[in-house]
Amino acid sequence: MADSIDVLATLKLVYGIYAFIAISLIGWFGYRITKAKDDRTGAKPAIFWTYVAVLAVIGTGLHILTYNTVPWVPYDLDRANIEPAAIFDIAYEDHQMSFSDLPMNVGCGEYVVFNATSNDLTYGFGIFRADHTLVAQMQVVPQSKNDLMWRFDKNGTYYVRSTEYSGPQGARMVARDAIIVTGCDLDDLRATTTGGQS
Amino acid sequence: MSFVNTLINGHEGGLKHEGLTPMQKISLRFVVLGVLFYGLAAVEGMMMRVVEITPVAAIDDTHFFAIMTVHPMVGVFGSTYMIVFGAFLFLVPFFMKKPIFSLKVANASWMLIGGGTFIMWLAGFLFAYSPLYTLYWPLPVDLEQFKIIGGLFYVVGVALIMVGTFLYSYNVFKTIMYTPAGWDKQPSMELFKDAIGFRAIGNWLKKRKTEHIVDLPVAAIARGTIDVGLNAVVITAAGVLLLIYMFGTLFGVGMEKTWVDALLYKNIFWWGLDLIADGLVLIFVAGTWYILAMMITGKDLFMKHVARAALFVEMVVSWTVWSHHLMSDQGQSNLLKVLSGEMVTALELVTQGLAVYITLVTLAKARPLKMTNELKFLLGGLLGFMLAVPAGIIQADLGMNRVLHNTQWIIGSHVHVAILVGLTMTLYSAIYLLLPILTNGAKLYSQKLATAHFWLHLIGGIGMGSSMGMAGIDGMLRRSIYVDGEYNTYMVLAGVFGCMLLLAFALFLFNVVMTFGVKGLIGIYLPAKSDTSDCVPAPQEA
Repeated sequence: MADSIDVLATLKLVYGIYAFIAISLIGWFGYRITKAKDDRTGAKPAIFWTYVAVLAVIGTGLHILTYNTVPWVPYDLDRANIEPAAIFDIAYEDHQMSFSDLPMNVGCGEYVVFNATSNDLTYGFGIFRADHTLVAQMQVVPQSKNDLMWRFDKNGTYYVRSTEYSGPQGARMVARDAIIVTGCDLDDLRATTTGGQS
Repeated sequence: MSFVNTLINGHEGGLKHEGLTPMQKISLRFVVLGVLFYGLAAVEGMMMRVVEITPVAAIDDTHFFAIMTVHPMVGVFGSTYMIVFGAFLFLVPFFMKKPIFSLKVANASWMLIGGGTFIMWLAGFLFAYSPLYTLYWPLPVDLEQFKIIGGLFYVVGVALIMVGTFLYSYNVFKTIMYTPAGWDKQPSMELFKDAIGFRAIGNWLKKRKTEHIVDLPVAAIARGTIDVGLNAVVITAAGVLLLIYMFGTLFGVGMEKTWVDALLYKNIFWWGLDLIADGLVLIFVAGTWYILAMMITGKDLFMKHVARAALFVEMVVSWTVWSHHLMSDQGQSNLLKVLSGEMVTALELVTQGLAVYITLVTLAKARPLKMTNELKFLLGGLLGFMLAVPAGIIQADLGMNRVLHNTQWIIGSHVHVAILVGLTMTLYSAIYLLLPILTNGAKLYSQKLATAHFWLHLIGGIGMGSSMGMAGIDGMLRRSIYVDGEYNTYMVLAGVFGCMLLLAFALFLFNVVMTFGVKGLIGIYLPAKSDTSDCVPAPQEA
């Protein structure tokens, strides 16, 4: 099962290749534009409309692709109809996070819900590995339902950090070793030691 | 000619400000102030870059976030608005071959936006007011963290900017629609409809095309100006709300913060902000590319009817994409996330990609072209959006947003590449192109400096944005402080590239000062000697 590391590594590779192509294309165009004219200007309407169609397919196709390949999208959209194995409540107030359970023990492959409420400002709820890579996050908006359903498929210890700015006093809202996942065959090698800022 | 002499009087006589028309002077006032505000934003950006590398005693958390609050405001309103408005207030009457509706209103605009930006900046500098530009409710009125005086400075500053913006919008539309003294009655409503794009949509659907009475560049400016005005309405409304709560606190009136629904506020506020990010920028930029391509080549635009219609589509799209900023808000409905956040946003790849294509083909059809400053900066601007728009489309996806929202990817690969490379290089192209028109032929001091400016800005902008973006992929947040060197490799790289950007600006500024001369620069802000309402002097006056 792909996790955020796999998804983001793919992004890094694909976007890196795309950026290289885009830079090369403009570099080549800049060179060619100063040279004598030939017939290859791409000025035919058929080419133009094909290009527009390709853009539309890529733009919308990306979302269809991720819906079918990124594991958390379907259950995020359908979370109201999935019975979670556990619900963890997190309350935010005065730049402090209070957890119903700490650490939050999660079984492998179980759907769990992190249910965050804020009594004052807008905060964020982010789950991070020890090497600070992001597993998942959501906004924590006051007067609003902030429920993140997640499923872990690797053993690991994760820290929680507020991912939204709530004023200078909230710049370092971190709960170390907040989530412990056990029972999987695989270990999350980036989440085996204590994380979070000292 | 000695260095000091050139510095004072300018290169080859410098800017002869006595011969400038009032319209030229007003545009130059906007642009010069906008360039200086860009410098301020660049210095602020570098201060934050340093803190991201290593903690600095002089910049504590409060100070850091105060800088982060004013940095984008100075960049967007103080710099971009000023340069864009200055150029467009000149170009609308220039292309329409009629006088601007009101020189006084145009003068008031730059004073209000410039003054407002400075007052807003003081809110951060003097009082460390730091709710960030997002103003998420109820942070801006959290008076346990912020001083009320800071909030008042901030709101008053932004209010002045918005008044200046309204005046700009009013002046643009009045210029398009009004009948100058001594002219035959102008068809105001028809001009308005053509400027907005109704006729373009009709032409797209009809076989028999109706002739346009408003040039494409003016239509592009008008459509972006609609978004500018709508954005100003939303920001002004937010400012009024903040004032009510601040004065309530000041006078001891108990006002519950829960009276305002935070998520609804966030939706409305992002709807307005997105008119800048996705509407104004993309429409103005596309329109500016078309203007630049036509002026550089002297030829008509490729697929000009489609370009016109697409600008209208872009305007409508820009009203319906705000939800991509709320894809990590679980209270937001799935329908809005998928329809507005994902699908409609994806259309921006189409509209912006179409603008890139039309501009490139227009240039290609006019080959061979000389690689002038305006052409190379235009290509840089195109590249910036070719990199930044797909980065934005990627993050406007339910799967990717879960692991990218509020990371440095957003602000680096998307925002900074879009603004610094895409938008700013497009504006530099316009500045280099308009320089001889606005100055009656002032000669650039150094082409070598202009070339160095181009390369340093291009490499610095892409390098800094991509270094930040890679840090974001590795989990670095955009509105947090890291003190243990977690992302030092990326941050050192971003700092080095940031230095290149700052150096690029310093070279550009030096080149401009030496071109105009200090006397010429001061002269821009002195009253015009001529009282003509024309954009440029008549040939015998020039």
